[in-house]
Amino acid sequence: MTRKPERLEHHGRIDRGKKLWFSFDGSRLSGFSGDTLASALLANGKLLVGRSFKYHRPRGIYSLGVDDPNALVSLHQGARNEPNTQATMVDLYKGLVARSQNCWPSLEFDFMTINDTFSRFLSAGFYYKTFMGPTRKSWMFYERFIRNAAGMGTATTLDDPDYYEKVNGFCDVMVVGGGPSGLEAAVSAASTGARVILVEQTGELGGCLLNTPAGGKADEWIAEQLAILKAAENVQILKRCTVYGAYDHGIFGLVERVGDHVAASDEGILQHRMWTVRARQTILTTGALERPLVLGGNDLPGVMLANAARGYLNNYGVLVGRRIVIFTNNDSAYEAAADLSNAGATVTLLDARKDIPSHAQEKAERNGVSILAGYAVRKANGRKQVTSVEISEYDPVSGKTSSQIQVVNCDILCLSGGWTPSLHLLSQQGGKPFYDEALATFVPGEAVTEGFLVAGAANGRMSTKSCIDDGRAKGLEAAGKCGFSVGEGDTTTTDLGISDAWECPLLPVWEVRYPNGRAAAKSFVDLQHDVKSSDVELAHREGYVSVEHLKRYTTLGMASDQGKGANLTALALMAEHRNMSIPEVGVTTFRPPFTPISIGALAGFETGPNIEPRRQTPMRHWHLGKGAEFIETGLWDRAWYYPKAGEDLDAAYIREARELRQGVGIVDVSTLGKIDVQGPDAVEFLNRVYANGWKTLPIGKARYGVMLRDDGMVFDDGTITRISEHHYFMTVTTAGAGAVMSHLEFLLQTDWTDLKVDVTSVTDQWAAIAVSGPEARALLGSLDSNIDFSAEALPFMGAIEGTMAGLPVRVIRITFTGELGYEIYTPAGYGEALLDAVTVKGEAFNLSLCGIEALGALRVEKGHVAGSEITGRTTLDDLGLAGMGSTIKPYIGQVLAQREALLENDRQQFVGLCPVDPKAVIKGGALIFDAGTEPEGHGLGVITAVAYSPVVGSVIALALLSGGRARIGTTVNVVDSIDNTNIAAHVTSPHVYDPEGEKARA
Amino acid sequence: MRIDCPCCGPRDYKEFAYGGDAVRQRPAYDDTDIDRWSDFVFLRSNPRGPHREFWQHTGGCRQWIVVMRNTVSHEILSVHLAADAPSGTNTTEDLS
Repeated sequence: MTRKPERLEHHGRIDRGKKLWFSFDGSRLSGFSGDTLASALLANGKLLVGRSFKYHRPRGIYSLGVDDPNALVSLHQGARNEPNTQATMVDLYKGLVARSQNCWPSLEFDFMTINDTFSRFLSAGFYYKTFMGPTRKSWMFYERFIRNAAGMGTATTLDDPDYYEKVNGFCDVMVVGGGPSGLEAAVSAASTGARVILVEQTGELGGCLLNTPAGGKADEWIAEQLAILKAAENVQILKRCTVYGAYDHGIFGLVERVGDHVAASDEGILQHRMWTVRARQTILTTGALERPLVLGGNDLPGVMLANAARGYLNNYGVLVGRRIVIFTNNDSAYEAAADLSNAGATVTLLDARKDIPSHAQEKAERNGVSILAGYAVRKANGRKQVTSVEISEYDPVSGKTSSQIQVVNCDILCLSGGWTPSLHLLSQQGGKPFYDEALATFVPGEAVTEGFLVAGAANGRMSTKSCIDDGRAKGLEAAGKCGFSVGEGDTTTTDLGISDAWECPLLPVWEVRYPNGRAAAKSFVDLQHDVKSSDVELAHREGYVSVEHLKRYTTLGMASDQGKGANLTALALMAEHRNMSIPEVGVTTFRPPFTPISIGALAGFETGPNIEPRRQTPMRHWHLGKGAEFIETGLWDRAWYYPKAGEDLDAAYIREARELRQGVGIVDVSTLGKIDVQGPDAVEFLNRVYANGWKTLPIGKARYGVMLRDDGMVFDDGTITRISEHHYFMTVTTAGAGAVMSHLEFLLQTDWTDLKVDVTSVTDQWAAIAVSGPEARALLGSLDSNIDFSAEALPFMGAIEGTMAGLPVRVIRITFTGELGYEIYTPAGYGEALLDAVTVKGEAFNLSLCGIEALGALRVEKGHVAGSEITGRTTLDDLGLAGMGSTIKPYIGQVLAQREALLENDRQQFVGLCPVDPKAVIKGGALIFDAGTEPEGHGLGVITAVAYSPVVGSVIALALLSGGRARIGTTVNVVDSIDNTNIAAHVTSPHVYDPEGEKARA
Repeated sequence: MRIDCPCCGPRDYKEFAYGGDAVRQRPAYDDTDIDRWSDFVFLRSNPRGPHREFWQHTGGCRQWIVVMRNTVSHEILSVHLAADAPSGTNTTEDLS
């Protein structure tokens, strides 16, 4: 009868005084403070914790940490549901709720295990080969079912009640990994005065030392090192924190799991903290991961890594089984064997090597472990737990086992196939490790990327003593490279009494084969993605020669564990199939993240309204007081419309626009980009930048201007006012302001350094309102002001400075609405006072507060171009502005605007459209087709803007239409494929309202 | 990446906006040759190794700078104010 794992009385570092209740798949279980979810599940006899991705095979806890391919669970409930979490990486807390994944109806009985029965048909590429068909149609049908059957946890669609934050960290030396070499490296680097950040991904420092028996010298040493580090002001320790990415110039991405081990509260808790750390030197003390061995049934619950069984015993007091078989090819498993035997298990150790190191043999004998040298396990038997293993003699040359098999009953099979240094971060930065034959793995060697040092097991050091020595040396070296003075250093040898020195090289064993040369049917290489050794062989047979192709064909190494335990074995098998050496086959490059990180951590606080900084005009609160609705336009929040009781958007903007045309209206235009241009060469600069000329603009006058890009397309438009001899005030579009400013700075700082001109953005310094309508002059004239608003004193395009209501103002007589209009600028802090002054006097004129929806409608009636026509693909001629281009002076874009394709007659040109049926509603973005033709393709053009025009009495539109000006007077069809409408419309001039511009000049 | 701004010191690249290839030579403003303008606007080399490029410190001093950056390693070989390094090629010699 097989035994389940059990908690022992006296082992481990857990606090048996603090019992913690938690739930797994609805059962109420208990663990202790200091447990991980994995150790607590084992302590409760739970070996089976999940179902595999493809075949739904039962799976159990396999390792101790980040490399566990099986123990993926969903944590928490409701909006906090966190799928695909490794149970080995979750610290237990009171009330933790966890569930198994990828099983239906239950973990114990999963209907989809039928996939396992038919697994010999479900090899690599099966789904694509079978369901793709000659067309993609069958795949489109089957894909949904296949994806549902393949499994990971399900993400929630509810809002996350917790929050995430981002912080920056700076240090001289970052030490990644808090094992023996990491602790020593941090202490020695810190002793020089260097600022040190020590990062440990679990909740406890000590690394592999925590897998040694508790209460020994190792625990004392950890405590001493920690005391030194905590006392040092120049050291910061980050626990439960993973360095997931290494980027250029010593920049690293870290996620600190602040809230994963803490019970949630209603207000939400800080869940994860994203660190961006800039380190001058980084020491990777990331350790090494034990490799599994490939043999039949090596994925059954009860099969686990030897060091994991040791760690569960020594750190958590859990004995994983009473009858344990250990299969190894190296010295390290003897430590596990001795500890497990001492704890009361019957341990049989199979070593693939015929020659066993004497110290290991002695140790085994002393601790009651029976050894079988030159033996291998070829297959594990059992259904939901290992019950027995088939063993036989092993031939290291052929990798075959003999046909003489024995069956050994057991509860647990432990595997140890050697150790793989964790060099993911180095690989992310382009580090190319080299293959070490003695360790049968890749080690960093000499060619370590600049800014990195590697120490300890990650550097191929395989004993505690050599790890600590390496850590000390690298800690000092890193500090030295940062310019800190490094003395002799503390060269006393640290002896923790751990007899883990390796004497004999390991014997590479990649898969255990039957006498016929093949591995058992269910010999898994990548457990998380259910990739078997036969899939690797199939990939080779089908012609996949590179590891990158192998990876994509079989999905090996592409699961959330990135093949931490599988990659090297797959490389070795590929090399064998191809008769090449492992280094010849090459290694795959690792990419961030090292372990999965939450989307929340990446987003931080940048969610909802905080997704980007918002810009407000200085009069925001004034608009709020008037009941304005706001709309986001780029980064700006702008007053959209001012609804009166019962009004919706359409009713409000149509009323606002009508009242402005009938009397007077006011719009906040503070968002306009404003650039101050000063200097003796200002006019020359403007002449080069704008298509039109500026030499004749007198002081106190404004002029409309258009600028092109170098390639001849229209870039931006606006007005320029000459304030004094060498001082111009430029306005540019709200959306284009940033790009125009950079463009002007670029020209003056790179190619036109000889021009004596300075440009300064003054967008935020000025508040601006536009007052327009037939009554605008009367309204402004009624304010207390030293400005003469008469048509003679302030004609169309005139500009003047003065005071209004005691406020300093700059008034420019320009208009965007087509009515008599003024733009009034005042220092930003006076914006609301100016609005108050104007609106108080405005009561007598029925002043209309207009939002930008009304302003947009007025511009559509007037036919001014705006951002929806200045798309970067339109020329001056396309927009009907050909006359703006000067013929007497050179300007940017002039030459390339003459390219042939830009001169063709069928280019899309700026026109107006008016529906034949006045009740028909044209939609923005609709396509335009010839009347009487079937709509197909991209059509002749596109609707760029629409608005209801009180003047016309229908919705009118602006459009870019192929050969549009020649089509004025004809009829076209406007097709909206989303609403499925097809509307006949007359092509008109874009200038529907007052085309001669008489009202603006009044 | 981090860029050592001549005005502000070493800053994260997120404070900067990329401004493209700095090898190209802008024709004189009154040059009317369409081929020269066309080459300037549209032709770019895409070197593996040192690349001379414009960046603007938009989140800082707003100065345009010329950065010599290795496109393979992202190593930054030199940084100059654009006004001090008006033109050159993708080799470091002209930015001594």
